Amino acid sequence: MNDGHSHFDPSAPLPLLPGHSSGGRLERVLRLGRFAVTAELNPPDSADPRDVYERALVLSEVCDAINATDASGANCHMSSVGICSLLTRAGYAVIMQISCRDRNRIAIQGDVLGAAAMGVQNILCLTGDGVQAGDQPAAKPVFDFDSTSLLECIGTMRDKGLFLSGRKLTTPPRVFLGAAANPFAPPYEYRAVHIAKKIAAGAQFIQTQYCFDVPLLRKFMDKVREQGLHEKAFFLIGVGPLPSAKTARWMKNNVPGVHIPDGIIERMEKAKDQRAEGKQLAIDLIQEIKEIDGVSGVHVMAYRQEEFVNEIIQASGVMRNRQQRRAGETAAI
Amino acid sequence: MYSVRLWSVRHARGLNNFYKTFEKALVALHPLWAKIGYDKVEEPFQSLEKITKGFLFDCQMCGQCALSSTGMSCPMNCPKNLRNGPCGGVRDNGNCEVKPEMKCVWVQAWDGAARMGLAEPQGAKILDVQKPVDNRLKGKSSWLRVVRVAKGLEDESGNKPKPPSAKTGVAKPAATTAAAPSPEKVA
Repeated sequence: MNDGHSHFDPSAPLPLLPGHSSGGRLERVLRLGRFAVTAELNPPDSADPRDVYERALVLSEVCDAINATDASGANCHMSSVGICSLLTRAGYAVIMQISCRDRNRIAIQGDVLGAAAMGVQNILCLTGDGVQAGDQPAAKPVFDFDSTSLLECIGTMRDKGLFLSGRKLTTPPRVFLGAAANPFAPPYEYRAVHIAKKIAAGAQFIQTQYCFDVPLLRKFMDKVREQGLHEKAFFLIGVGPLPSAKTARWMKNNVPGVHIPDGIIERMEKAKDQRAEGKQLAIDLIQEIKEIDGVSGVHVMAYRQEEFVNEIIQASGVMRNRQQRRAGETAAI
Repeated sequence: MYSVRLWSVRHARGLNNFYKTFEKALVALHPLWAKIGYDKVEEPFQSLEKITKGFLFDCQMCGQCALSSTGMSCPMNCPKNLRNGPCGGVRDNGNCEVKPEMKCVWVQAWDGAARMGLAEPQGAKILDVQKPVDNRLKGKSSWLRVVRVAKGLEDESGNKPKPPSAKTGVAKPAATTAAAPSPEKVA
């Protein structure tokens, strides 16, 4: 075996390599030291599986794993578990997002087992946006776990084969565990230390919130390197195309945790074709971000603009040396 | 009260030192609590704790106080009840995503922990990973629980509270060593 994923067969699980937590492609790519790309699938407001498959097909050509969001922004959509069920049966590599907002510890641990049984190899543990941010602000927020205690719980299920209660599992879930970071929100000086805590609780990869402020990211990554965190977990930085200056301003004011500097909004405003500018901005950001020490990949979130993800990744050149190897896989998928 | 809560974080170091002394006294008085009976002192303690900690920290009586590990900023005032750090939704001005008029409880917590000294054992406790809340302890006295844990009447995790009778022992819950002897001790 030369590099593991060159023989990728979408329908069969990969054999577990020594030192690996999962049999998944994402973990292999990262541990090989390749620059990884993950992308977020916008969950449909529909019960039609084709809505999921159409979106996944576009993304899968240029990414190592697809994130299935769990009612992000506290808006109701097809569930993360449902999307993962559809995608794993078609052989896609997925990152199942679990938010602590909607389910308690009993439901979540059950979902983890079910997901692993379906072939989910990666799980991203999230706090979840507050219900006030979404379309159902009257809902009861659960938050039985927080993202850190959730990481520890799933890590214990995997490594010790135990539920939170101490009851034994007969087969533990083999999953690669991820956490989210937002270097672009206060308390800035403690964000890296907070991530150290998540890593101590079991995070193996980190996906960040949208990065539109590279200097702030650099400061965060400096602190990450100071603590050697980049050697303990893989950092994937969030990027995405802004469709227009107006949307950028709306996101800045209405989407929790999204920080867009005024300079970026001005750049969008000045552009003749704002959509094209947003795309170019994402490409520029990826190229700048990939040069930062300790960054292992990017996480592309292109809300309602999936068709651009392919173009952005191709133009950024981060997948350039992988195209040939991946050609067969793409065809197979 | 919100303004007092902010004051408490600014005085995290002093308050924590005071609590440490107070805790020692409580533990030293264990024979007294045992003599009166822990179940009898529970209610007065709950009231006392609710009044004092309610005034100083807007305490929500979770029954498993983490204040010493959270820079004296009560994590149960976080609308998401986060006990391990801030979420990603903190606003640019350091205020809460859910309650925009309130300072983020965890921005406050890091401030308080820094005042306690992040390089010192007290302040560095903010780095400990906290377990999920045990909902059975809500409303109970956290102070008495600390004494019972210190005296080995309850186990650390709080998962095996109280020793009322053998009834709580479900099937075979991974027999934790500390919990087994406690029923007899108290009974």
